[in-house]
Amino acid sequence: MTKIYLPRETTALALGVEEVKSAIEGEASIRGIDLQIVRNGSRGAAWLEPLLELEVEGKRIAYGPVTTPQVKSLFEADFLNAGEHELKLGDLTDIPWFQQQQQLTFARCGAIQSLSVDDYKKHNGFTGLSNALSKDSRDIIQTILDSGLRGRGGAAFPAGIKWQTVANAEADCKYIVCNADEGDSGTFSDRLLMEGDPFSLIEGMIIAGIAVGAELGFIYLRSEYPLTKIILQEALVKAREAGYLGNKIQGSDYNFDIRLHIGAGAYICGEETSLLESLEGKRGQIRFKPPLPALEGLHGKPTVVNNVITLASVPIIMAKGAEYYANFGQGRSLGTMPFQLSGNIKHGGLVEIPFGMTLRELIEDFGEGTFSGRALGAVQVGGPLGAYFSGEQLDTPLDYESFTAVGGMLGHGGIVVFDDSIDYLKQARFAMEFCAIESCGKCTPCRIGSVRGVEVIDHILDTQDQEDPVEHYELLKDLCETLEDASLCAMGGLTPMPVRSAIKLHQQVAQQADDNKEMR
Amino acid sequence: MVLDKDIDYGTPESPSQDLISLEIDGHQVLVPKGTSIMRAAKQLSTSIPKLCATDSLEAFGSCRLCLVEIEGRRGTPASCTTPVEADMIVHTQSQKLAKLRKGVMELYISDHPLDCLTCSANGDCELQDMAGTVGLRDVRYGYQGENHLDAKTDDSNPYFSFDPSKCIVCSRCVRACDEVQGTFALTISKRGFDSHVSAGIEDSFLNSECVSCGACVQACPTATLMEKSVIDHGVPEHSIETTCAYCGVGCTFNAEMKGDQVVRMVPTKSGKANEGHSCVKGRFAWGYASHKERILKPMLRSSIDEPWQEVSWEEAIQFTAKRFKEIQQEYGRKAIGGISSSRASNEEVFVVQKLVRAAFENNNIDTCARVCHSPTGFGLNKTLGTSAGTQDFISVESADVILLIGANPTDAHPVFASRMKKRLREGAQIIVADPRRIDLVESPHIKAAAHLALLPGTNVALINAFAYTIVEEDLVDWDYVNQRCDKELFEQWLAFIKQPQNAPEAVDKVLGVDAGILRKAARLYASAERAAIYYGLGVTEHSQGSTMVMGMANLAMLTGNLGFNGCGVNPLRGQNNVQGSCDMGSFPHELPGYRPVSDDLTRQSFEKDWGTSIDNEPGYRIPNMFNEAVSGSFKGMYIQGEDVAQSDPDIHHVEAALRNLDCLVVQDLFLNETAKYAHVFLPGTSFLEKNGTFTNAERRLGRVRPAIKPRTGKHEWQITMEIAQAMSYPMHYNNSSEIMDEIARLTPTFAGISFAKLDRDGSVQWPCNDGAPNGTPIMHIDTFVRGKGAFEITEFVPTEEKVTPKFPLLLTTGRILSQYNVGAQTRRTDNNVWHPEDILEIHPHDAAERGIKNGDLIMLKSRKGETSLHALISERMQPGVVYTTFHMPFSGANIVTTEYSDWATNCPEYKVTAVQCSLTDHISEWQQHFLDHQAKQSKPLLQPD
Repeated sequence: MTKIYLPRETTALALGVEEVKSAIEGEASIRGIDLQIVRNGSRGAAWLEPLLELEVEGKRIAYGPVTTPQVKSLFEADFLNAGEHELKLGDLTDIPWFQQQQQLTFARCGAIQSLSVDDYKKHNGFTGLSNALSKDSRDIIQTILDSGLRGRGGAAFPAGIKWQTVANAEADCKYIVCNADEGDSGTFSDRLLMEGDPFSLIEGMIIAGIAVGAELGFIYLRSEYPLTKIILQEALVKAREAGYLGNKIQGSDYNFDIRLHIGAGAYICGEETSLLESLEGKRGQIRFKPPLPALEGLHGKPTVVNNVITLASVPIIMAKGAEYYANFGQGRSLGTMPFQLSGNIKHGGLVEIPFGMTLRELIEDFGEGTFSGRALGAVQVGGPLGAYFSGEQLDTPLDYESFTAVGGMLGHGGIVVFDDSIDYLKQARFAMEFCAIESCGKCTPCRIGSVRGVEVIDHILDTQDQEDPVEHYELLKDLCETLEDASLCAMGGLTPMPVRSAIKLHQQVAQQADDNKEMR
Repeated sequence: MVLDKDIDYGTPESPSQDLISLEIDGHQVLVPKGTSIMRAAKQLSTSIPKLCATDSLEAFGSCRLCLVEIEGRRGTPASCTTPVEADMIVHTQSQKLAKLRKGVMELYISDHPLDCLTCSANGDCELQDMAGTVGLRDVRYGYQGENHLDAKTDDSNPYFSFDPSKCIVCSRCVRACDEVQGTFALTISKRGFDSHVSAGIEDSFLNSECVSCGACVQACPTATLMEKSVIDHGVPEHSIETTCAYCGVGCTFNAEMKGDQVVRMVPTKSGKANEGHSCVKGRFAWGYASHKERILKPMLRSSIDEPWQEVSWEEAIQFTAKRFKEIQQEYGRKAIGGISSSRASNEEVFVVQKLVRAAFENNNIDTCARVCHSPTGFGLNKTLGTSAGTQDFISVESADVILLIGANPTDAHPVFASRMKKRLREGAQIIVADPRRIDLVESPHIKAAAHLALLPGTNVALINAFAYTIVEEDLVDWDYVNQRCDKELFEQWLAFIKQPQNAPEAVDKVLGVDAGILRKAARLYASAERAAIYYGLGVTEHSQGSTMVMGMANLAMLTGNLGFNGCGVNPLRGQNNVQGSCDMGSFPHELPGYRPVSDDLTRQSFEKDWGTSIDNEPGYRIPNMFNEAVSGSFKGMYIQGEDVAQSDPDIHHVEAALRNLDCLVVQDLFLNETAKYAHVFLPGTSFLEKNGTFTNAERRLGRVRPAIKPRTGKHEWQITMEIAQAMSYPMHYNNSSEIMDEIARLTPTFAGISFAKLDRDGSVQWPCNDGAPNGTPIMHIDTFVRGKGAFEITEFVPTEEKVTPKFPLLLTTGRILSQYNVGAQTRRTDNNVWHPEDILEIHPHDAAERGIKNGDLIMLKSRKGETSLHALISERMQPGVVYTTFHMPFSGANIVTTEYSDWATNCPEYKVTAVQCSLTDHISEWQQHFLDHQAKQSKPLLQPD
């Protein structure tokens, strides 16, 4: 029986994978071919989805992107025996997109059947857990500290220190909370991971639980990920059936279970304190810090709040050791980072590479230029609160410190590309508008300031041809200062980042236009 | 006199004992660990700008005005949410901070009406203050942007208005509702710029779950939530601290005044009973003091069928004295008596009992406590040695388990209930023993560990089952019992309680409560580190009320729950001064301080001071007075502030007694039901006019200070004093302070109390004397007042009042939040919007059996009488039990109640009456008679010539 792989993943779903699957099944039945369709996750190359793979002589031969009308011709080309076809991509490992990556966290994603515990184990799954079970809590935390793993949700706080804080806190009960409220525009790594390799997240959470002494974990998943929800639900059931969740995990003295919680559609609930409020059933509103959630988190108990990728990177660290992981990356940015390319880009998708490559290399080598074919204009890095980069700034190396140094942030690794038709003022306005729409409304700068920000920029947009906007720019500058220094959380605090960078680029463009005029 | 405002430290006090030293703006300050920088700064009199912070609420950190700089730390943290650390160096002012604060204020004002000059909070607005503090001079955004200026005002609440156009979304109101009141009626709806305060789910304040406690109005820093009285009259200019005259919680308020007009009543944080909180009654329902029905001049009439005639004080007092003397000459010394009021001050009560003892020369003095908490006095005195609750209110904040029996604090003692709910939200557990599913069984963030929905009249079986379980399962605190209790009495009691008829399994059918649940609840109470009993009239107003009080004291001793913080046996007293009126010797058998008239030494000390002899025989109790009046030997009564014709049971009997009197003198604010049978009406003073003290349920004497002069021209103690003088007894005081001095002189437990002390140190809890110069928050600390604690045998004897085929339901009565007692005050306020009439609550099953639907007119009938009420079908009731309140005279709830009473004290059995309910299309005969009588009595006054 021939085995083919088709992703059960949201991007592929949007691109018609289920229709392709029906067409393949229909065609196979007409032809009397006995087929086994394995549902994997996405390999991250969104531009190749739906990506069909089959196993031939231990190799994975890929075809894609497959559309329904092409299914018949695939059969006619005998694709089941790796026949030639215009969609044939050949051996997957030969495709440069994959070749140039260093997949540690995403090593299994797309390779394995997403919901098979056996397949997961065959691919090194639960090795990290069994290593953890043989260590004591301190050693696990030391391994995470040594690996240099930092929070991949955006704040880049060292995961080991957070775990240590929770482990050292005295309490009758502690929690592990996975932040899967992936709300940044242009990001999807959490989703790809959860849909393609859910057990790695589960394994990471169990290890975290053992390390800090928690017996219950929550996955706070955004409501906009319905397929992810189904996959996680099934994965939790299977993990429980296989004795990885519940009491006495794998016969050890440890108990750990995970509950899945679906959010209600607020961006702000991706902020950890709002998330905890929401998880407690309250209005998703920011809590002030201190106290840190690590000391007084969910229901007032010490709580690890980690992003999906942070937790899903734990198994490989525990399996291969801290040194293995820390050998990737540079400076204080160690390991790998799954960057997500989107926007006006030819080849969009997820690219896992060690820290250190420049932004330009990433966009050019993987993205291969803009989708529109026009010249590259600017890139927003780090989600809607990240800065816009253009020109020589694109040569900044992708690591946390380098980006901070140039007034930006890597955030959750979202990279949104614009061509040269970008209107920076409108992007600045959009940043304020995003803040206005998503503000929880608790603190004054964010609640009122974001709305005033939109109005000030609107005024500049409306009157830029008639009056000198210098006063309005001055007001905008003061407003950004108020937002940055007076806001309660990073939502208002970071909104000035895209605003200022976009305004700066706008003014550069305007200056350049003036200079050009004069030269002429 | 100035407008006395509490200092706002911004964040609550830290309870920590550890002190931390830090530097703020170059000054060293030492504060408890956990204190916010904001509070530490205020301790140095440094005011950091703030809007969302206020010290009655936990820090919130939303307004972002209170930012500071801390050396060695990045950024500008909020001083309200940042706790102090050792050797921290804080700067509260810098150029950067000034710019940030101005930036924040500029945003606020860009969405705020510019009507300061005509705003009701002008001069009393924190937003206005802050705009000035940060030096805001310009709003560069202009006023054309998106805003909330068109938001509509919600005027639905009678006492305050909600104008969202002025709201700055600081959430202080929402947090006050949650943290202080514990009702959770308010929330912030929507998010971002659309965030707005919402009562319930976008409901009006009136229709929402809001209980109108006023906490939100008090917390509001702007004119968004504002008392309508301030909107009407303007901001007050001076204030007078006084004590509320409603329930036994005894909240301290500032009467905020404009000249001689009260503008608003604001609870004060320094008030130890309420610590800045209030309820709808004390906060808002004080308008009765100037209600048009208030009588301000004395009136006389020779017969109750004649109209009243206004007379001078002189004439009224001379007439009273003359009639009383004539009656005594004709019918004997004992033919007259008096009833003192639990609404009046200690000083006013003291002189009434003195009038009776010294001028009437008998002991025919009783008080309305007779019909509420007399079993408390009896039972606690017998077991522990003091006729009062054992704790202060704050003690509940240390309780781990609360056993609440026959009390509904969220309605009847709302400010204490809020304290209790706060403790429950912190994790303490509550066991509710009540026939009804009251709010403390289940309400937002409250869920009782057990609801023992016992049948009315079975309390003693319940408490015995608790004790049985504790003994049988060996949960007894043997060390405590052995050291502190009377061994012989305990042994006798132990033999009694071990009897099988006390087992949960033997009484579960009687109670209607599962034996397993009873045992679980008993275990929970017994195994708690600190377990406290709180109870109300659901305990006392039974034929075995006194037995039950003793049963609770037994239980507390058995488990070692007396004599320290967080435990105790605590009556929730109904009226503002019911504790005081009892303390002041208002009982026919007791002189002030609960000392028997038969005790020669005590009596002699009074005789010497008063220059008269005192009868050593106890006088008549209230029911005896009525009985003697009906039989014709008791002919004259002086009733101070009590409406026996509405509040006492078996009204037919009461009316018959009153009709038989030759001279009934009523001293009250209004022509109440009792006054319909009176010959002399002496107008009393409201609490706003009194100068004296009230004693609350925790034995706390609080000063009542006159906000205005007596509107009648005479203090009530003066009236009593002048009657005594007119009856030839030389009673003389220059002021009420001298009365307190006499009380202190003659009563050891009050020896250390004087107006001067209370004015200097604030309220104080008796005993206050050389042994306890600052009063006694918790009683029985090392030893019981009586020495060894006395276990009393508490055999369960079911009441005679039983359901029959003719009267198959049990009626129990009580009160609700917005009305108070017989409603004399609250009925004359806008509180009527919440409760315009008394209604009959009935379980759906009982209603269905009788074809009763919501709102139907029902005839409620017992063997004593019948009255009609509208029905409310309610799952709060259990099948077989119906409930009503007695706030409205027309309802005639006490037409139905019976003559049964507590075996020891004659406290009426209000809580158990066998009744039948049926649909009707007419009011009862008594109600018709009431209406006729009312019409006749409200005939215009005869004007003096």
